[in-house]
Amino acid sequence: MTTPLALSQTAINFTYLVAAVLLIVGIRRLSAPPTARSGNVIAAVGMTIAIVFTFLDRDIDSYWLIVVGMAVGTVIGVASARLVKMTAIPQMVALFNGVGGGAAALISAAEFHRLAPAAGHLSGDSVGAMLFSALIGSVSFAGSLVAFGKLQELLPGRPLVFGAQQVLNAALFAALVAFGILAGATEAGIWMVFLLLGALLFGVLLVLPIGGADMPVVISLLNAFTGLAAASAGFVLENTALIIGGTLVGASGTLLTILMGRAMNRSLANVLFSAFGSAPTGSAAAPTSADGKSYREISAEDAAVMLAYAQRVVIVPGYGLAVAQAQHSVRELADLLEKRGVDVKYAIHPVAGRMPGHMNVLLAEANVPYPQLFDMEDINPEFPRTDVALVIGANDVTNPAARNVPESPIYGMPILNVDEAANVVVLKRSMNPGFAGIDNDLYYDSKTAMLFGDAKASVEKLVAGVKAA
Amino acid sequence: MTSTLLTSITVFVLAVFIGFEIISKVPTMLHTPLMSGTNAIHGIVLVGAMLIAGSAHSTLEQVLAFVAVVFATINVVGGFLVTDRMLEMFKRR
Repeated sequence: MTTPLALSQTAINFTYLVAAVLLIVGIRRLSAPPTARSGNVIAAVGMTIAIVFTFLDRDIDSYWLIVVGMAVGTVIGVASARLVKMTAIPQMVALFNGVGGGAAALISAAEFHRLAPAAGHLSGDSVGAMLFSALIGSVSFAGSLVAFGKLQELLPGRPLVFGAQQVLNAALFAALVAFGILAGATEAGIWMVFLLLGALLFGVLLVLPIGGADMPVVISLLNAFTGLAAASAGFVLENTALIIGGTLVGASGTLLTILMGRAMNRSLANVLFSAFGSAPTGSAAAPTSADGKSYREISAEDAAVMLAYAQRVVIVPGYGLAVAQAQHSVRELADLLEKRGVDVKYAIHPVAGRMPGHMNVLLAEANVPYPQLFDMEDINPEFPRTDVALVIGANDVTNPAARNVPESPIYGMPILNVDEAANVVVLKRSMNPGFAGIDNDLYYDSKTAMLFGDAKASVEKLVAGVKAA
Repeated sequence: MTSTLLTSITVFVLAVFIGFEIISKVPTMLHTPLMSGTNAIHGIVLVGAMLIAGSAHSTLEQVLAFVAVVFATINVVGGFLVTDRMLEMFKRR
């Protein structure tokens, strides 16, 4: 039975092509700050086109399940997306990802049930994809729920490890492969049920041993998994929209997972297996100082985006700025940021540079407006409200050791409390200690990012980056 | 191997390359919104869930398909809305 509205498969496939192009353009725009918002809208339009035209597919002969299901899903989706607090958004993303994986697994289960009651109905072409989609979809579903539980603090955030976990995981994986082969060979539903349940357990065991701090990377990986599950559901149904949409996410999600790990100084293997003790302890990917403390490097482009979209930025100039004669470039950077609506202040430490008032002289030479210059006593209360503290060639005057390490030679010296800002970007030539020859713990703080190079060259790169952002 | 399957594989392989290429350079600040945006995009499984639900006959199939439609819709609707909320901070000033 076909509905009078039904379109030919060719016509529907054409609308899927349009949708796929919009999804690709959408993801592309999502990956650059000025276009990100429109990218999301474009992808949503592409998705809407694919969904609307699927209603006209000839294979659909009953609408009530779809309409009721979509209504229920829309209410839940809108409510949870609107009501969730900004701070709880990561776990919301985990949940949305999990249900997507669950949907892919359920599609495979339903297709298996439809085609498999009599032996010989499953074609070799689709059975592999069907089992893969069931497996990966379930792993993603269960893994995402555990990630949600950890972030929501329903489960302990620390890694949950027990003795024979590795052996158990390996055995379970072998069992899953066996269930898959049996399900494909015998076409008996019981093996499919075992496969689905085993995959759920595997998803739980995969994420439990991973600590809360690594959850974003894990969610990104599960996101890629769900993409692949959707793509293989597309193979089962011979549907190009699913194959393209799912594969795009599978591929870009995999790359994004690697990039996220790199930004957090963690390799993927490290994230997944460090709790087992099989990966080297600490962070293998992180560069470390001579005495083994790890720090984080940032590219000028990344730092520029951070500055461009901040609300409050405090610039902390020091001797490095004077040596590089970077004051004019800094002024240009500050002007650009102010034009974008960023509140920019300069924090002037009384002894920054090599003489009292050194910084005031330099910045006055570059015509920095006087009201933007703040003395230490006036700016210190501002740091907790500051999004980015940009430290340009200043070292000892920012060293928290002066506050909390009584053995330090500079203990008791009043300092600029840059470590209280939400993010710290330090422009510095290298990791060499400053004038006083004392290592600065600020550089090893997890919220500090190092941008190495000559101060003037680095600031010029930041200027170019802010212009592009 | 049927030619339909070969076409599907062709589409798949090309989409893998596109997926890798389009996000080659992403600033760190956009990692989470991009993850969330692509998360919404795999909600395209809704299309599959619709096709199954529209042609399901046995009760078990109908139940599985119905839950799949609900799940996939949450993925699509919630995913795009939450991404949009995250991206509010990138509004043009």
